[in-house]
Amino acid sequence: METVNLIVNGSAFSGEVEGRKLLSDFLREDLRCTGTHVGCDTGQCGACVVHVGGKAVKSCSMFAWEADGMEVATIEGMADEESLGDIQQAFQDSHALQCGFCTPGMVMSAAALLDENPNPTDAEIRDYLEGNLCRCTGYHNIVKAIRSVAERRASAGAA
Amino acid sequence: MPKDNGIGASSKRREDVRFLTGAGRYTDDLNIHGQAYVCFLRSDTAHAKLASVETDQASAMPGVLRVFTGADFEGVGGLPCGWQITDRNGEPMKEPAHPILAQGKVRHVGDPIAAVVAETAAQARDAAEAILVDYDEMPAVVDMKSALESGPLVHEDAGTNLCFDWGFVEDNREAVDKALAAAHHVTTLKLTNNRLVANPMEPRVAIGDYDAATDVSTLYTTSQNPHVIRLLMGAFVLSIPEHKLRVVSPDVGGGFGSKIYHYAEEAFCTFASRQLLRPVKWTASRSEAFISDAHGRDHVTKIELGLDAEGNFLAIRTETLANMGAYLSTFAPAVPTYLHGTLMAGNYKTPQIYVNVKAVFTNTVPVDAYRGAGRPEATFQLERVIDKAAREIGMDPIELRRKNFIEKDQFPYTTPVALQYDTGDYAATMDKLEEIADIAGFDARAAESKRNGKLRGLGVNCYIEACGIAPSNLVGQLGARAGLYESATVRVNATGSVTVMTGSHSHGQGHETTFPQVVSDMLGIAEDQINIVHGDTANTPMGMGTYGSRSIAVGGAALVRATEKIISKAKKIAAHLMESSADDIEFADGQFTVAGTDKSVAWGDVCLTAYVPHNYPLDELEPGLEETAFYDPANFTFPAGAYACEVEVDAETGKVDIVAFAAADDFGNVINPMIVDGQVHGGIAQGAGQALLEHAVYDETGQIISGSYMEYAMPRADDIPDLIVDHSCQTPCTHNPLGVKGCGEAGAIGSPPTIVNAVVDALRRGGYEVDHIDMPLTPYRVWEAISR
Repeated sequence: METVNLIVNGSAFSGEVEGRKLLSDFLREDLRCTGTHVGCDTGQCGACVVHVGGKAVKSCSMFAWEADGMEVATIEGMADEESLGDIQQAFQDSHALQCGFCTPGMVMSAAALLDENPNPTDAEIRDYLEGNLCRCTGYHNIVKAIRSVAERRASAGAA
Repeated sequence: MPKDNGIGASSKRREDVRFLTGAGRYTDDLNIHGQAYVCFLRSDTAHAKLASVETDQASAMPGVLRVFTGADFEGVGGLPCGWQITDRNGEPMKEPAHPILAQGKVRHVGDPIAAVVAETAAQARDAAEAILVDYDEMPAVVDMKSALESGPLVHEDAGTNLCFDWGFVEDNREAVDKALAAAHHVTTLKLTNNRLVANPMEPRVAIGDYDAATDVSTLYTTSQNPHVIRLLMGAFVLSIPEHKLRVVSPDVGGGFGSKIYHYAEEAFCTFASRQLLRPVKWTASRSEAFISDAHGRDHVTKIELGLDAEGNFLAIRTETLANMGAYLSTFAPAVPTYLHGTLMAGNYKTPQIYVNVKAVFTNTVPVDAYRGAGRPEATFQLERVIDKAAREIGMDPIELRRKNFIEKDQFPYTTPVALQYDTGDYAATMDKLEEIADIAGFDARAAESKRNGKLRGLGVNCYIEACGIAPSNLVGQLGARAGLYESATVRVNATGSVTVMTGSHSHGQGHETTFPQVVSDMLGIAEDQINIVHGDTANTPMGMGTYGSRSIAVGGAALVRATEKIISKAKKIAAHLMESSADDIEFADGQFTVAGTDKSVAWGDVCLTAYVPHNYPLDELEPGLEETAFYDPANFTFPAGAYACEVEVDAETGKVDIVAFAAADDFGNVINPMIVDGQVHGGIAQGAGQALLEHAVYDETGQIISGSYMEYAMPRADDIPDLIVDHSCQTPCTHNPLGVKGCGEAGAIGSPPTIVNAVVDALRRGGYEVDHIDMPLTPYRVWEAISR
């Protein structure tokens, strides 16, 4: 067993985990944060994307103990009690999700993209989402949603 | 002016809030107190006798509760097939047994041999690795032609690898032969429809939970149709009557057909839970999904189209080999037959058609319906041969299609392959397509591409599909072992809100939003006063579930019928309250009014009266306000449309880029335009995946080569362009109460031939004499065709 201390969505966790336990399984099983989904076992689909130390990572491709001492953000931390976050709201407004299974990873990737590049072109959005598979939407409305967030943030910043 | 609620409004989806906050409840998110975990040991060999399966070592591993093998299932039923095809000679199809765990023989890579149930998933996996299987390997057969000619028998007791040889319509055969022999021109095309894996992003999950105190088994499963699973598993596999079996499918993360079928893992978890008196959970890995989810398509076809000197279609003859895989999946035999042969008329008035299909067993994963199911296979061959014919006779492909369209004053139109199209206007969707795709501007764009060193091509395509599946008496005559009605219960609560229980089950389609839009319109109450319950056999009337673009056309119709019954009863209550006759009551905008007077009562007052019947005609009317309707459609529905695609091909590398895509669909009336747009987007992307990227490939020993996302190329965000979709051409369905046709599969049916037509067009414009390239049009295949 390995000891881990980490902060998930602002709450501290200390405990022991099996050495082979993946971060995705740790979040889902030990912390019951089931918003992080596992869609493949090869790090290809991106349904499990969370932020570790501020960077988007595929949580199925790292061990829980590797996140020791880090801050982890998951989809459960993206909304406040009153309302959806702006990316989440844009996804609903633009119909950027259907079955919802890829959506948590997609939103976490979108958040990381907009942190890195606040004003991406459509081509940059599509390129950044390379690691996130969606089988339902054809990506059209996901790109539209992310573009709308960038535009809204830019006009809010300018005002 | 767009509406802001009710039918026709782009109401935002209420289910999105939970999906966007991580609060969705998918089957793997459920954990039942005391649950144990299953790991299946699956065959790594395509075809072998099992000399021995040694489980002693595995049974002694830490945490192991029990190891099950085929011996545990000797007295248990196998997985049933839900559709029986009768062949050209009147004989029933070959229907071999499909055991839950292998009975002495494995027939495809992934066939389950044993199952370990342990305290943790990791312990179950560890123990499964300790099972020793002694395979007595046999030659495998993967190729359908070889399977028919000389291959080893997948099922010795069947005596052949030919499941059935089906002719449709058999009586047309000679007339078609004659018409083709006499035709001015015959265009012939041989093609394959590539094997695909549905790949919903949520892998399958099953949890069996037996409650000994009540003797009730509950199965939680990732299903598009929980009632169908309860019926099949209860009646045919485990002999559990319906009142002792509950099937629950909570949020389902996509399906595309692959979650229709009853799978061995569902029966296993239910069975093991009853044996062990523990909840038993199985979660598929993606690798397991590739070798255990039913695959799609996999047809090899030769099609011939005869034309007269003016380009009128005279006759079509097609011969198809359809891969069934190693066993018959739930609806597999229906896909290459009644969902395929009946669509060979397409949008055209071809007078003579004959379809022959030979279904073949091979040592591969079973094949069943995948988004479109038979209809994409029909459309692909028909629209590809039309494009080739247009080139051969020197006619513009759009003009050739227009010339042969069934005209709008010819409806209802009976085709030579047994369907009656109720309504349509194919010229109108083609007009709309030419406008939204700016077909007239193509030449200028092609010249610009040429300046950039790229070959630009234009592909155009039409499609029709038979949706709203299906009239029960008709499909019963054709071999279906189920009815295909749908159900709804509308429960009006005492204070006027409404709960709808439906047999349909969303796996991404947004029923929780669209079904209330329908009820809201009919009852004049706000959408947020209406809630949908689905996906649980204990809480919903028997229904057949969601597939075949049927939920709004059949499930929506049941909902309308149940709501009409509610209105009828509510009028009687209102009449009593206003001391009038029910015949004189008018209902609009949530108010009951006595016609020609200013007397009225509100919806809420009537609802409260129904449940607090102090002043109530109890001798004439029951209290309460709850009604159920079952709707069995009179006919299929026939969505149709025209699609255009522009591609750029790099002749040096063979790489294809889709640079523009436009879809003009006729779905009849539309409940939520935003959701319909999304359905078409997703369908087009899946079709683009089939056309350019996706292929489930087996080597000659029966090993799957593309068994993970490392090898199976799914469409990613940069593979798909912005999509132009339009559904403003609307010829409402004439036989269902909403006038709707269904939209879920259109994109996946219409897009593959459009894209291939565009690539062939690009190459020919570049001077390459290419007639056809088989999907997926990978850079290598395109480059190879150019280099030939």
